Amino acid sequence: MADTKRELSNSDPLVQIRNLSVEFGQQAVLRNINLDVGRGETLAIIGESGCGKTVLLKSIIGLIHPTRGDVLFDQHNLSQLNDQQLTQQRIRFGFVFQNAALFDSMTVGQNVAFPLKRHGQGIHSELYESVASRLAEVGLPESVIQKKPAELSGGMRKRVGLARALALNPEMVLYDEPTTGLDPIMSDVINELILHTRKRYTVTSIVVTHDMRTAQKVADRIVMLYPLSRLSHDEYQIIFEGTSEQLHTCDDPRVSQFVRGEAGERLMEMHDLTM
Amino acid sequence: MPGESNCQATNAAGRFPLELPIMATGNLQPQAIHSGPLQPLRDWIGEVGAAVVGRASAVGNFALFSVRTISWLIIRPPNRETLLPTFYQVGVRSLPVVALTGTFIGMVLAVQTYFQFSQLGLATRLGAVINMTLVRELGPVLAATMLAGRVGSAMAAELGTMRVTEQIDALASMGANPVQYLVVPRFVACLVLIPTLVVMADFMGVVGGYVYSVFVLNIDMHHYRVNSAQYVAAWDLFYGLFKSLFFGATIALVSCHRGFHCSPGAEGVGRAATAAFVHSFVLILVIDLMLGIVLDKLYMTLWPSGARLM
Repeated sequence: MADTKRELSNSDPLVQIRNLSVEFGQQAVLRNINLDVGRGETLAIIGESGCGKTVLLKSIIGLIHPTRGDVLFDQHNLSQLNDQQLTQQRIRFGFVFQNAALFDSMTVGQNVAFPLKRHGQGIHSELYESVASRLAEVGLPESVIQKKPAELSGGMRKRVGLARALALNPEMVLYDEPTTGLDPIMSDVINELILHTRKRYTVTSIVVTHDMRTAQKVADRIVMLYPLSRLSHDEYQIIFEGTSEQLHTCDDPRVSQFVRGEAGERLMEMHDLTM
Repeated sequence: MPGESNCQATNAAGRFPLELPIMATGNLQPQAIHSGPLQPLRDWIGEVGAAVVGRASAVGNFALFSVRTISWLIIRPPNRETLLPTFYQVGVRSLPVVALTGTFIGMVLAVQTYFQFSQLGLATRLGAVINMTLVRELGPVLAATMLAGRVGSAMAAELGTMRVTEQIDALASMGANPVQYLVVPRFVACLVLIPTLVVMADFMGVVGGYVYSVFVLNIDMHHYRVNSAQYVAAWDLFYGLFKSLFFGATIALVSCHRGFHCSPGAEGVGRAATAAFVHSFVLILVIDLMLGIVLDKLYMTLWPSGARLM
């Protein structure tokens, strides 16, 4: 299945990232990234904290402007679009934020209804039913509609975030650390929801995670980013690209160390710090 | 732990001001190229240059933000649903504090001007000076100061928290332009409601000054009223209200800009709220001076004979 997806992605990529570099002041976060994401594919971007996964994800949706290079979404170069055109393209995305990023001044129902109302897809009388059905899809009861996000648990907030991201039936869903901070059972629920979403809506997905279980369970293809601060000047930042099986047989010590979750030479750094 | 510190670095980067490419490309630090006797001079020139470029880019960034706000106001005016709660926050809830400030300023003016004018034997002219100062200067400036303190800081803190918790990114990701959705209603509310708040401050100030002058300082009621009516003209009221429009726009734009470009963490939000007030207040005073000069020149051109106190 992974090979089929791979062929599909190469023939007609939905997202094309070309020589993407992002710098904040003097701090370079991404350098010359080249990546394609095919239609219907689920790509996992893994890597340790601070390697630029979230910056890459936000660059794909145009929330961060590249310092150099381009991001093409369905042949549209995002950095050449004006505010209005970018807004139009963003309706085609759904973004699940790391901490859900629910609007805390609104109720759960208003949060999920927001994109529907904003883009005129929610006829007032049907809005409640639409919101309730979106919440039911992520396994939340109708009773949460009137609650404020602060009253919900982390897992529930993540699910509300997913329901809100899926409200406009997006072509592409971007997940930023979907299982971070959740217990193992809730993490698996979120993984299943990612799979279910993909099956039901045939969406293209990009999942940024450092949870190997998530990456292995949901992804057709996995890429691993490495922090620029640990790379020499001419090294490519994507140190692995392949399937889940290839990830396990990869002989790059940096990849295998991450997959096995070993501190390795980092213990030495900690030792230096404590001395 | 090294891992933890890396995590924070990325999050900080991810939450940088995202609207403007200028923020992601600046490389303003001077680089040491040579060493030698002139090196300290080179470093100094480099630092001054970096500071100048930094300030210039900050002004440019603010100008772009303002242009974007005004263009969104024209392209897609805010709807009733987003405007009304903002109007309530900016207008209705500011009314008591503005009225109270106005009353006290009217009375303080009476105390101060009486002290000086009575020595010249001009105590009956008090009404003219108090009311003129109120409608032209203190009413608008104090209403704007209260608005900057009460509403401006709150807007910066609210938008700053939304930036830090990725709610602004969430808005953008759902195809709602954050400037259009968050800044334009606040801009309209400040612009439209500040003249009404100024009218309130003026009215309460006039009443406060009158009550204190007539009932406490025992100035003749008739002379107070006649002198006020003769000296204060519709132009003076317009003068104050016209200036207040600029104050309102400044408060909204500066406060929202500070909130949008809030640095991460509780400290960042706190700093944004403080900066919103301080920057707004300084700009209000600068604009007040500039507009004062321009409007007086205009008045002298239109009515060369002018008004006379004596």
